[in-house]
Amino acid sequence: MESARVVVTGLGAISPLGLNADQMWAGLCEGRCGIGRIRAFDPAGLRCELAGEVPAYSIQDYVPRKYRKSCKLMCRDIELAVIAANQAVTASGLITKGIDPENVSIDPARMAITMGAGIISCDMVELAPAAAVSTTDGQFDVRKWGQLGLEHVTPLWLLKYLPNMLACHIGIIHDGQGPSNTITCAEASAHLAIAEAVQVIARGDSDIALAGAAEAKVNPVLMVRQILLERTNNVSNDRPAEACRPFDANARGSVFGEAGGVLVLESLYHARRRGATILAEVVGIGQSHGIDPACARLESSGEAVRIAIAKALDDADINAWQLDLLIPHGTGLPQDDLAEAKGIAAALGDATDRVTVWPTKSMLSTTGAASGALDAIAAVKAISTGTIPPARNFDRPADGCRLRISADTVRRRIDHAICCSYTHGGQTAALVLKRYDEGASQ
Amino acid sequence: MGIVSPLGHDVETVWQAILAGRSGAARTTIFDASTFPTTFSAEVKDYDFRRYVQHPSQHEKCSRSSGFVIGAAVQACRQARIDVESQAPADRIDRTRMGIYLGAGEGSLDSDAFFAAILAAWDGERNEFLWPHANRVVQEQMQAAHELEQEPNMAAAHVARLTGARGPARSCLTACAASTQAVGEALMLIRRGQADIMIAGGAHSMIHILGLTGFNRLTALSRRNDSPETASRPFCASRDGFVLGEGAAIVILESLASARKRGATILAELMGYGSSSDAYRVTDMHDEGRGAVQAMKAALADAGLTYRDIDYINTHGTSTQENDSVETLAIKTVFQERAKQVPASSVKSMLGHLIAAAGAAELITCVLAMRDAIVPPTINLNDPDPELDLDYVPNVPRKMPLRVVMNESFGFGGQNNVVILKQHSEAQENPH
Repeated sequence: MESARVVVTGLGAISPLGLNADQMWAGLCEGRCGIGRIRAFDPAGLRCELAGEVPAYSIQDYVPRKYRKSCKLMCRDIELAVIAANQAVTASGLITKGIDPENVSIDPARMAITMGAGIISCDMVELAPAAAVSTTDGQFDVRKWGQLGLEHVTPLWLLKYLPNMLACHIGIIHDGQGPSNTITCAEASAHLAIAEAVQVIARGDSDIALAGAAEAKVNPVLMVRQILLERTNNVSNDRPAEACRPFDANARGSVFGEAGGVLVLESLYHARRRGATILAEVVGIGQSHGIDPACARLESSGEAVRIAIAKALDDADINAWQLDLLIPHGTGLPQDDLAEAKGIAAALGDATDRVTVWPTKSMLSTTGAASGALDAIAAVKAISTGTIPPARNFDRPADGCRLRISADTVRRRIDHAICCSYTHGGQTAALVLKRYDEGASQ
Repeated sequence: MGIVSPLGHDVETVWQAILAGRSGAARTTIFDASTFPTTFSAEVKDYDFRRYVQHPSQHEKCSRSSGFVIGAAVQACRQARIDVESQAPADRIDRTRMGIYLGAGEGSLDSDAFFAAILAAWDGERNEFLWPHANRVVQEQMQAAHELEQEPNMAAAHVARLTGARGPARSCLTACAASTQAVGEALMLIRRGQADIMIAGGAHSMIHILGLTGFNRLTALSRRNDSPETASRPFCASRDGFVLGEGAAIVILESLASARKRGATILAELMGYGSSSDAYRVTDMHDEGRGAVQAMKAALADAGLTYRDIDYINTHGTSTQENDSVETLAIKTVFQERAKQVPASSVKSMLGHLIAAAGAAELITCVLAMRDAIVPPTINLNDPDPELDLDYVPNVPRKMPLRVVMNESFGFGGQNNVVILKQHSEAQENPH
């Protein structure tokens, strides 16, 4: 079957390390930590009071003037997605309706949008006046809610919280009329969305795709969910910068956060024809499903991680020795990190000693669906600068972890990088990115 | 194929109900909706996923929609002879070549804890929200086991546990178009050699307090509270909104080579898939159905067919003013002079709107329609809309041979998905 090569031509990120992809990369290179005490709301009383939050921004600055009215239909997840997409498109040099409606350079029908999204939790404050009129003897009363509360809920309320609205707003702003999908596989969403976008282009259904994910987990319901599932670090509230320690002997759990990340993907043909700067090529995709009887942890063998990496290498037509960088999912949850390390080592075999493994969540936190997009962007930056930043909070490897993680910056030519992600439900993905060499590819 | 729906919990029961023109709508019982503008819905009734599995404890705290998907997946796997709940499957299927793609919704929010937290924190006099109170209530009242099942990817996790599938795994949620998109993208994974078998479909239940709140505020739901059975009336002049349903539907997709090798019974062939985005407004469909037209044309092109080849259209047909008008217009644009000749019915008149699960449930009715050479009707169509003049197969099913059928799904926000199915015939495959 004919298959187009797919390259990356634009990056956009809004993360705990800054409002754009360059700031994020600079922060990662410095080993800066984006985690702090929660500012979005008063976290007092939560077992974990920490999160990775993005710096202050105004959504109005990132949408076309004509679209500003629609910002009231955006929850924070949508805002983060829209900002990241705007940045990625701008960086790619493509001129969409959202950039300059007078000089559009794309065929709208040939631009796809594939975004990953999390489950969006509704804003408690927004619903408070409605809930307040819906009580009997101080307790919530659903009959009163139907009768009186409902009227206090703004008519378009639901549209703010549908996960597909990330892709819909981006599609409307940039006039992407091609295939549009929303992948809802928790932390694996971004890699799976990128994988699907690559396939949409490869099979000829689009020339361009905006792919990535966004999620805002800094919300009491989502934070408490992670706390109850015993995924958070509850003992480091006074030391936020040291809280998240993937693969480290003193790891005590994850810290959650918020971010948006979008990559502009294009067929190589389309990118070359318009003279785009090509940042990297997506050459391998691997997907699998982990099966943990409780769905609470990564299966201890890390088998799905092994399968996904093996399939991605196979798809890229390379072997493990050709990998220069591996960005793991690495959340700082000891059992999961150990299982992932096992899966990675099983996939890499003897090459485990050679491949530099660089976890990012010690700095970026676990930003839900968005985390894989941030890692893919970091991998592209690493490839284009020949730099693997230091692994923060990695002082001593956890027992049983024999990955090659470097606490110092590594400078070297990076030909192939792989990113991995998995969910507790089992969906697992790996993505191989390759350095694009203009001369060699002709 | 497997289905759990408001009209029954297995394929043949649901199909007989559809051919009999029965409605699955009734007064809402899951919670007390008696004071809502809409007091009825199309619920799955008398269902227990434990009937379908030997080890129910593995799924004990699953959400309502994950429970539905368990029943649907077990039925579909049995028909396709895929072993379930087996440590050592004897079906000789390579689990790394078997994947899952669902259009699945979220679990239902723990609304007791959620509203209790809001009330504990809200100081109405001072217009202040005291977060520490909310934090405390949420942390004390929410249950880990319930929270685990909230993410939309959990339905697929249950299917993986049942089947041992370790191939490509995705879930998508493009509102009402999700499971058609899941089936379409699963087809693409098989075509591109990434899997031999895909367990595809959808699961959803939005019949909960905030779901009903959201749709009622959007004025998207029918308010015909005195007559739930006649409320879903797609293409009818007096239509006043959709009927919120719930359920799950699963189809097993398999490469022809793999199906032949296993000696599987082939029910139909998936010929084409088209996906598009309106890129218009989050609140409305494009008024000329631009995205719907593009998705239909893309699916036809993918199948290598033209509109002249389509014998039946299973419409999105939601019973909202907007959808049914725009969809009619889009069909006219694509089907041109044949638009009024091709039967185009909506089984949502009977099933209600299963949201993320709708497309896959309707796909199953397409396969059955071809098998039995009978077009399912659009019921409650007693008062035709003069503006809508296609052949909607009003009220009674119609016997006619069907070779190629189209299934349409359009999501809130403008994501459109269309698939095309063809009757499978061994004779065609082996002309000698």
